[in-house]
Amino acid sequence: MTDTVAQQPTADAKAAPDTMAWDSGLRRLMMIYLPLGCFVLILLFPFYWMAITSFKPNAELMNYKDHNPFWISSPTLAHIKHLLFNTAYPHWLKTTMLVAIGSTTLSLIASTLAAYAIERLRFRGSPYVGLGIYLAYLVPPSILFIPLATVVVQFGLFDSPIALILVYPTFLVPFCTWLLIGYFKSIPYELEECALVDGATRLQILRRITLPLAVPGLISAGIFSFTLSWNEFIYALAFIQSGANKTVPVAILTELVTGDVYQWGALMAGSLLGSLPVAIFYSLFVDYYVSSLTGAVKE
Amino acid sequence: MSVTTLSSSALAHRQPNWLVRLFDYKPFLIVMCLAPALGLLAVFLTYPLGLGVWLAFTDTTIGRRGIFIGLENFQYLLTDPLWWNAVFYSVFYTGIATFGKFALGFWLALLLNNHFPFKSLLRAIVLLPWIVPTVLSALAFWWIYDPQFSIISYLLVDVLHWKSSNIDFLGSPWPARFSLIAANIWRGIPFVAISLLAGLQTISPSLYEAAMLDGASAWQRFRYITFPMMMPILAIVMTFSIIFTFTDFQLVYAITRGGPVNSTHLLATLAFQRGIAGGELGEGAAIAVSMIPFLVFATLFSYFGLARRKWQQGEAND
Repeated sequence: MTDTVAQQPTADAKAAPDTMAWDSGLRRLMMIYLPLGCFVLILLFPFYWMAITSFKPNAELMNYKDHNPFWISSPTLAHIKHLLFNTAYPHWLKTTMLVAIGSTTLSLIASTLAAYAIERLRFRGSPYVGLGIYLAYLVPPSILFIPLATVVVQFGLFDSPIALILVYPTFLVPFCTWLLIGYFKSIPYELEECALVDGATRLQILRRITLPLAVPGLISAGIFSFTLSWNEFIYALAFIQSGANKTVPVAILTELVTGDVYQWGALMAGSLLGSLPVAIFYSLFVDYYVSSLTGAVKE
Repeated sequence: MSVTTLSSSALAHRQPNWLVRLFDYKPFLIVMCLAPALGLLAVFLTYPLGLGVWLAFTDTTIGRRGIFIGLENFQYLLTDPLWWNAVFYSVFYTGIATFGKFALGFWLALLLNNHFPFKSLLRAIVLLPWIVPTVLSALAFWWIYDPQFSIISYLLVDVLHWKSSNIDFLGSPWPARFSLIAANIWRGIPFVAISLLAGLQTISPSLYEAAMLDGASAWQRFRYITFPMMMPILAIVMTFSIIFTFTDFQLVYAITRGGPVNSTHLLATLAFQRGIAGGELGEGAAIAVSMIPFLVFATLFSYFGLARRKWQQGEAND
């Protein structure tokens, strides 16, 4: 064993931790592929179940004796049709999209400027400002929603999506700022110094050098913000009263769940459709996403 | 590449007017850059946090300004069995779920750290439970836990013939408590796994090579290299995880709303029930504020207990 390692010193350094496993395919199968398969199965099953329920006619949904529950004998679009034409679902989707885009834009602007000031404009106390913003992320919404509800009422924003656009940055800005500080740090400072010497103003430097180079960081911060605001629940539940202004997660739970007989088909279709925008958005940028997540932790 | 765009004469002929010069004045620029972020955080985070603490000492209800009543809310909570129940379940929920998430997430991270085909695709797929809005996946769990049509019951009763009757997942306290914890673990595994995977990849392979030359077993390599090297990241990820599990709201609200017989109330759902749904803002705020000592303790415990780490210094991360 030790000989084989010694003979191929750094040919493939990454593979070194696996060297023990290489010798036996069966061992590898049992130790890696089997548990990995179980993980994937369990992690994905609820989505499969959600999807399959969305297309099942009610008769099959409630009858496991004559139909195999894991498959659909006669798929139907009835649940999705019901959702799109008999409920306010399209409207909820629109509101959620509006809120997510609005709060993401606001947070990106605020956190880019803040991260630039903290990381690049260096002033006395800048590390403390950075730490303070970071600590804000650790204040959970469950502590804030009651006083925030009274603040929202004071501002006359109760029941308005604008309240959500303004409130979501409280948890988006800390995260984005933290991410972008790390990103700005990776951009060589010399580039900015050269521009300063050439007589560029600070704003020109930000616009023409730092921002273009930080685009990958901005994209991943944007994805984080978008998914987080799409996901947010407690503020939307507490601040929005009228059915039309609700976001998808809140609306499904409060408007679609009625009475004792749950419309599982429509509920699952609603969950599936509500998950799709985030899943699609995320899959478009998955590489940024994973690398920035790993990067943020690595840092 | 961006340097070339600058070196042109585009900048030179621009006349700096007073506004541009003002923005070049560094203190002004710093204030302008920090204003949006700090302003938002001050108005919608710091102020409400202070207001929340103040509300906890008043008897405010919806539509009526309260008066200062001192510690009365807290005294009442101490005699309230539902509050004690919520404290118990919040601690229990956080403890078991965090343990499950980290055990399984660490295992998944170690598995994903191996080499196999479609690795990046798999990593992307594995993140899905964390990406999809919690309430929507919670609804899927609600349906999976259905008393009559639960797919788990179907598997155990009709396929495996392991049980004789359907499991009533959400109908009685303990099964409901564990069902919620299972859903929380399911949702938390991807984040833990991907974060720890990032940590695993920072460990230099030469350490493993050296250990293998010395004849260390796989367990020894894990125990004496992987585990100690992962401590700083474990501390950070666990701090986050504990905070957000303890203050969880969505899962419980979506699946059981605190039932059956209030057995699955977390402090957050109890605060919502009393504060917003019940209109007792003061009492709800007191319940929310009562989470703070637990959070501070959990944070200090996981942070200093596991590792000290300079914030974002990027240097000497040992």
